[in-house]
Amino acid sequence: MRNIFLFISRYRTFFTFLILQVVALWFLFNYNRFHRTKFLGIANEITGRINTQYNKVEDYFAMKAENQRLNRLNDSLMNLLPQNFDTPDTSYRLVKDSVAYDTTGRIRQYVWRDAKVIYNTINFQKNYIQLNRGANQGVRDNMSVISSDGSAVGVVVNVSPNYSVVMSLLHVQSKRSVLLKRTGSMGIIEWDGKNPHYLVLRNIPRSDSVVVGDTVLTNVFSEFPPGFMVGRVAEVVKDKGSNFHILKIRPSANFFSLQQVHVVEKLHLNEQKELLEATRKKIDDPKNFPG
Amino acid sequence: MNDAVKNIARIVLFVLIQVYLLNKIPFLHRFIAPYLYFLPLLWLPFSVSRQWLLFIGFLTGLLLDYFMMTPGLHAAACLLIMYVRPFLINILTPKDISEFNYKEPSPKAMQWTPYMVYVVILTLLHHFYMILLEWLSFGTFLDFLIKVVATTGISLLMIFAVELLFPRRLKFRTNTA
Repeated sequence: MRNIFLFISRYRTFFTFLILQVVALWFLFNYNRFHRTKFLGIANEITGRINTQYNKVEDYFAMKAENQRLNRLNDSLMNLLPQNFDTPDTSYRLVKDSVAYDTTGRIRQYVWRDAKVIYNTINFQKNYIQLNRGANQGVRDNMSVISSDGSAVGVVVNVSPNYSVVMSLLHVQSKRSVLLKRTGSMGIIEWDGKNPHYLVLRNIPRSDSVVVGDTVLTNVFSEFPPGFMVGRVAEVVKDKGSNFHILKIRPSANFFSLQQVHVVEKLHLNEQKELLEATRKKIDDPKNFPG
Repeated sequence: MNDAVKNIARIVLFVLIQVYLLNKIPFLHRFIAPYLYFLPLLWLPFSVSRQWLLFIGFLTGLLLDYFMMTPGLHAAACLLIMYVRPFLINILTPKDISEFNYKEPSPKAMQWTPYMVYVVILTLLHHFYMILLEWLSFGTFLDFLIKVVATTGISLLMIFAVELLFPRRLKFRTNTA
């Protein structure tokens, strides 16, 4: 017994090194399971506060780009106003529907919240964005983030009381379902970690004729609200090994100067996921579908 | 200024420089990620015990990790270089104590060549281990090797620029302290 203690005290430094190393690696490889605990929430709160202070200065540099984006979005909304349109038909008259409102009602699917980017990187393989809204303001995991000009930015992966962390589309583990507008095919958008100017779109069948400049939009299956810009096809790479295109996409969100963003909550996301999960279980159960 | 306060201030300053300046540098190339935050760890006084070196390294790495939202990645790398540091200093400094009475590693204290060897080995080790951990989850082996070399090169360039532009005042070990 005495020898064991002697041995431990002799190699004390080595054991400290080993224990701390294990702790560090445990943090690293358990990030997804561990990140909900209080400790990281507190860390997020503290870095959030410091980032907010720094961001006050940084804002001045992104202001011009931000104003242009905002004006473009306003412009596109202005173009939708009914005053812009006139009916050429002279027999045009306004008829009021006898039912004042649609009695079937409307179901809200998406809730939009404004937020501001307080920290953002593009130089790494795993880029995260920190926002100044958190659980107290209603932000939860798996909400999508859309920039001020209406293009997809990322998905919330972690929240603390007043701040949240977003996995940017520029993250090597990010995989989102999107839609190629011209052909209507669904694909998976991801990032190869090489160049932040380009994303990669996979799973578009070779039978689709894709040309440079085609629009890529968000689809109804992802966390994003459907129909928002993800980017444009910049290059069509021939992949002889499979029946799918590999498309290089130029993202329409400017990740270099993100400032104001929208956090979009999909109210039925959990229901959708649960249904898929329940269906999978039901199909796998041999009792329901024998043979 | 008290040594402990000075070193803590240095570490915090370098982490903030890393987070708000170097991480925000416009994209240059996918192999280039400028890292400088570990330099004050290489400057820690010779007198710090090996246990403390480990704890300081771990906490510095963790501090950066929480800013970059990668808990454990930099902490593991810092821990490794802090573990190796005393062995390296033993090899590279003269054994004769009477001739060697500087307080902390610097080009003047250790001479340029041994100091360069010290910095190059620890920087390479830090980047190798950090990028290895990153590479485990993503990337090809060639990318990994090129990235280690390129990132180390950029770091060394910045470290020597810092050493030449901001030479530290030499502190001597005294018997009174």
